[in-house]
Amino acid sequence: MKTLIKSVVLLLIVATAITFNSCKPKGPQEAVVGNAASKVYVAPGKYDEFYNIVSGGFNGQMSVYGIPSGRLFRILPVFSQFPENGYGYSEETKPMLNTSHGYVPWDDLHHIALSLTKGEHDGRWAFGNANNTPRVARINLKTFKTEEILELPNSGGNHSSPFITENSEYIVAGTRFSVPIGENRDVPISTYKENFKGTISFIKIDPITGRMNIGFQLKTPGVNFDLSRAGKGPSHGWFFFSCYNTEQAYTLLEVNATQKDKDFIMAVNWKKAEEYIAQGKGEKVKARYVHNILDEKTHMASSEMMTEVLQLDPAILKDIIYFIPCPKSPHGCDTDPTGQYIVASGKLAAIIPVFSFAKIQAAIAAKDFEGEFAGIPVIKYESALHGEVKKPGLGPLHTEFDEKGNAYTSFFVSSEIVKWNVESLQVLDRVPTYYSIGHLSVPGGPTSKPHGKYVIAYNKITKDRYLPTGPELTQSAQLYDISGDKMQLLLDFPTTGEPHYAESIPASLIAPNSVKIFKIEDNTHPYVAKGEKEAKVIRKGNEVHVYMTAIRSHLVPDNIEGIKMGDVVYFHVTNLEQDWDVPHGFAVKGAANAEILVMPGETQTLKWTPDEIGVVPFYCTDFCSALHQEMQGYARVSPAASNVPLKFSTGVVEETGSK
Amino acid sequence: MKYLYIISFVLLAFSCAPEKPKGSEEFPDQPTSKSAVEDVISDPTKGIGAIKNVTLKTPLELDRVGRGLSIYDMKCGACHKLTDQRVVGPGWKDITKRRQPEWIMNMITNVDVMLEKDPEAQKMLELCLMRMPNQNMSIGDARDVLEYMRQNDGEK
Repeated sequence: MKTLIKSVVLLLIVATAITFNSCKPKGPQEAVVGNAASKVYVAPGKYDEFYNIVSGGFNGQMSVYGIPSGRLFRILPVFSQFPENGYGYSEETKPMLNTSHGYVPWDDLHHIALSLTKGEHDGRWAFGNANNTPRVARINLKTFKTEEILELPNSGGNHSSPFITENSEYIVAGTRFSVPIGENRDVPISTYKENFKGTISFIKIDPITGRMNIGFQLKTPGVNFDLSRAGKGPSHGWFFFSCYNTEQAYTLLEVNATQKDKDFIMAVNWKKAEEYIAQGKGEKVKARYVHNILDEKTHMASSEMMTEVLQLDPAILKDIIYFIPCPKSPHGCDTDPTGQYIVASGKLAAIIPVFSFAKIQAAIAAKDFEGEFAGIPVIKYESALHGEVKKPGLGPLHTEFDEKGNAYTSFFVSSEIVKWNVESLQVLDRVPTYYSIGHLSVPGGPTSKPHGKYVIAYNKITKDRYLPTGPELTQSAQLYDISGDKMQLLLDFPTTGEPHYAESIPASLIAPNSVKIFKIEDNTHPYVAKGEKEAKVIRKGNEVHVYMTAIRSHLVPDNIEGIKMGDVVYFHVTNLEQDWDVPHGFAVKGAANAEILVMPGETQTLKWTPDEIGVVPFYCTDFCSALHQEMQGYARVSPAASNVPLKFSTGVVEETGSK
Repeated sequence: MKYLYIISFVLLAFSCAPEKPKGSEEFPDQPTSKSAVEDVISDPTKGIGAIKNVTLKTPLELDRVGRGLSIYDMKCGACHKLTDQRVVGPGWKDITKRRQPEWIMNMITNVDVMLEKDPEAQKMLELCLMRMPNQNMSIGDARDVLEYMRQNDGEK
C-alpha cells in the first residue's frame, strides 16, 4: 500500500514537471539585449510618451499605465466597488452599479475601446464591457471617472464588446452566451436550437456628450459571439464578428463546440440596418434594463429603468448579415488600418485566414453562397479570402497593426508574437512571450493611423517571472520595440487584475485636457456646503444630514451631538480646496462602509448607521498637510429616548461639560 | 586599474543615458499654474505677480464688496477670521493697513511663487506652518476680496 502511494506521488511530481515545462516557449529563454533599459527609462519627474488604458478583467476595473516605463498611475473603478475612493459605496456613486437585477457590485471587464474621430484616436472617452452581467461603461478621459453605465437586455454575457466605429457612431455588444429571449424563457436547455438566440446591440454615442443609448438590436441565430471590429475607410458601415459554437452545443463545449472544421465570421451591414429602421421596419419589444449616469455638476449618479428596445430580425430583413466560414473556433477578428482586410484567428487553426472586404462585396453581389445557416446566407470561403498566413504558430488569438503594413498576431499555445505582412502574408519575425499571451496592443493599433513603435503583450501566465507570492501570482505585460525589422523585448511589468485588451494613446491627446479641480462655484449637489457658513446639521425624522466642509486641516462641524440610536447619519462632505492634488478623505469608526475620497470642489456622502451609544471619532484619511493628524472630530451617539439636543460646532470650547 | 573601472562606468552610464520620450515637450513637465508670474517687481512691498498697480477708490465700490463677501464665505473663511485672531491663517483685521493692495492680490493669485520667493510671505508660512492653498481665483476675484477687506478694516 505504501509503495502504491509512493508511486502515485512520484507520478504526480513527474506530471507536474512536464506540464510546467510545456508552458515554456521554445527558443531563446532570455531575449533581452543590451540597450533595453535605456529604451524604457523615463527619468524621475519626466512623463511617459503613451497612456496605456488596460482592462482589469476580473477586478472589474481599468488601470492606467505609462509606456514605455510600465509604471502604474491609477486604477479606475468601473464595474466593481472600490473602497479606496468610495466608488460604489458613497451615496453618489451607488447608482452606477444598479442593474435590472438590483445592485451588482462586481463584474469582469475585458475590452477597451477609445473614442475615434475619422478613424483616429481623439482622446475623449474610454469604453469598457462587463462580461458577466451585460453592461457597457463610458469613462471620461478628462476626469478619468466612470460617467455612464448602460445595461444590455436580451444578452447572456457581453464579451464581443465595446468595439467602436470610426467616428464613434456606435459601440457594439455581442452576446457570448445565446439564451432564450422574449416572453417565454422557462424552456428546457436541450431546446437550444429552437429557443436560444444571440443578439448584437448597436449602442449609439452622442457625438457631443458621449451619452449612450441602444440604437437597435439584431436578433441572430443561437451561437457564441467572441470578438469584433468595425470596418474603416472603404469598409466603414460594416462590422465583423467572430462566432464559435456554430454546432449550437449547450454542454461540454470543449468537445461539442469544436466538431466543425469551420465556424463563422459574421459580417454586419449596419448602414443597411439603419435604412430598415428609417423605413419603420424595426420592432419595439419590451425589455428591462438600467441606464446609470453621473452628473458632473451635482457629482451624483442616477439610475433609470428602461422598458423597450428596437429589434431587427436579419433572417427576415435580408442583406443585413452574412456568414463567412472561418477555421476553427475563431477568436480575434481584426480589421487592418486600410479597412480592406479582416484577419480572423481560429484558436484551433493552423493557418490565419485574411478576408478581403472587396471580395466579400463581390461575392454578395454575385450571390456566391455555399448555402444558409439558420436563414442567413453563407459566403463561399474561397470567394471571400485574400489569402492565408501559412504555419504562423499555434493558437492564434488577436492581431494588431503598425503604420507600415505589418500585422502582429498573438499565439497563446506557442507563447509568441508573430509579425507578418498583410499584403504578402509572409511571416517576417517572431518573438517569445513569457507566457501564454492573450491580447496584445500596438499604440493606435486598431485605428486607421497606428503610431507603431511598441507592441505590448498581455500574458495569461507569469509562473517563474517574478518573486513568488504564494499560489496566486502577479499578472503581467511585456513591452517590445517594433521600430526595427526585428522585435525586441524591452520590459516586463506587473499588472493588476487580469489584463485582457488594452489600448495605448499618445499622452499629448489626453494630458493637456486633464481636469485639475472641480470648480466649487459650479457644484450643485443638493447637500453642498459652499463655505463653512453653510456647514450645518439637520434632522429629518430619523435621518441626520451633516453638511460638512473639509479644508486643510479641519472639518466643520467637528463636534456633533444629538444623534440617537436608530438614526441614519449622512455625512455630506464638501472639499473646499481649489488646488490640484488636494483631496480629503473621510471615515467614521465602525461604519459598515468604505471611506470616501473627496476631490477639490466635490461633495461626497458617507452613510453611517450608529450601532452603539458613545462618542465616535471620524477623521480625514488622505494625508493633506502638516496638521493632517489634527483633522478629526467626534460624533456623540445617545440612546433613542434621550433628549440631548442636536448641536454642532468647530472651535467652540465649553469650560465645563454638562449633561 | 581603478581609473579604468571608473572610466568604464562612465561609458556605461552614457550608453544607458535615457532617451527623452518624443512628444514630452508638447506639454509641461511640471504643473505650473497659469498665474505663476515670476518677474520680481521693483517695489518689494508689492509682492511678486501680475498685479503691479492697483487703484483704490473712495467711497468703496459696493458691488465689489458684495462679491468679495461671497467669495470670502466660500473660499477664504475656513482659514481666515475677520478679527485679528489667527486660526489656520492670520486674521484679516487691519490687513489693508499692514500690506500693500498689490501684495495682497499677488498673494491670492500667485501664492505658490509668493511662498517660494517673497520674504514677507515666507515669514507668514513659518508662523502658520501651512501653505496657503491656491484657491483658483481670478484677478477680478482677488480685487473683489480686497475691497471686502477694506470694508472689514472700517473704510467707507
